Amino acid sequence: MPDPMRIRATAQGESVDVRVLMAHEMAGGTTPHYIQTVTVTCNGKVVLSAEWGPAVSKNPYLQFKFAGGKKGDELEVKWVDNKGETRTDKATIG
Amino acid sequence: MSETRRDFMKLTGVFGVLAATGLLSTQEALAQQAAWNKAAFDTKSVPDTVKALGGAAASESTDIAITAPDIAENGAVVPVGVVSKIPNTQAVYILVDKNPNALAAGFTLPAGTEANVSTRIKMGQTSNVTALVKADNKFFFANKEVKVTLGGCGG
Repeated sequence: MPDPMRIRATAQGESVDVRVLMAHEMAGGTTPHYIQTVTVTCNGKVVLSAEWGPAVSKNPYLQFKFAGGKKGDELEVKWVDNKGETRTDKATIG
Repeated sequence: MSETRRDFMKLTGVFGVLAATGLLSTQEALAQQAAWNKAAFDTKSVPDTVKALGGAAASESTDIAITAPDIAENGAVVPVGVVSKIPNTQAVYILVDKNPNALAAGFTLPAGTEANVSTRIKMGQTSNVTALVKADNKFFFANKEVKVTLGGCGG
């Protein structure tokens, strides 16, 4: 089981600032093992979807902002890698 | 005989738990791999990536800002941020022109999500970093050169 993500989601006026740190080797080369897709949802709505290759650094970092979330709402981050491994973590917007 | 059966049950139990927590079903994994744009991640150059993403060509834009260091001491961890002021920005892509495969990361932005994303990428050598933006189904780009003192394709 992959290690949990560290998620920080902070309401700043009209928007929510999201910072995520994932635990993944993001290996390239001859034995590639890397996260391919990341999906972030808030209140059941997708607020960001990302597609990554092996050129994203080990233990990936992601930061973005979206509107439509508020303090107390739940944010869910899910990643899936090229071997079909997946991990989902949740955080409350603070 | 009964012991063999017990061992078997133990084994299936363990795999059952694995399937429930860490791994996707085959079907889900296949769907996931279909969603990932393999053709775009296999391209070797920026123009080829634009084509693989469904665009004809990209035009340079001063409404795209790239935040990245001028000099990266460690090519394995280069922080890159992209802000697009182009209206109706739908997606942002980060490319490294001289990496073996140009495309590093792509972000699809639903309405309400700001065109302002940051991540950290690997760079094999000194290269232009290209931010590619899709807005109203057209492609735009901006460049920034990042000098790399220690290449980051080993890890």
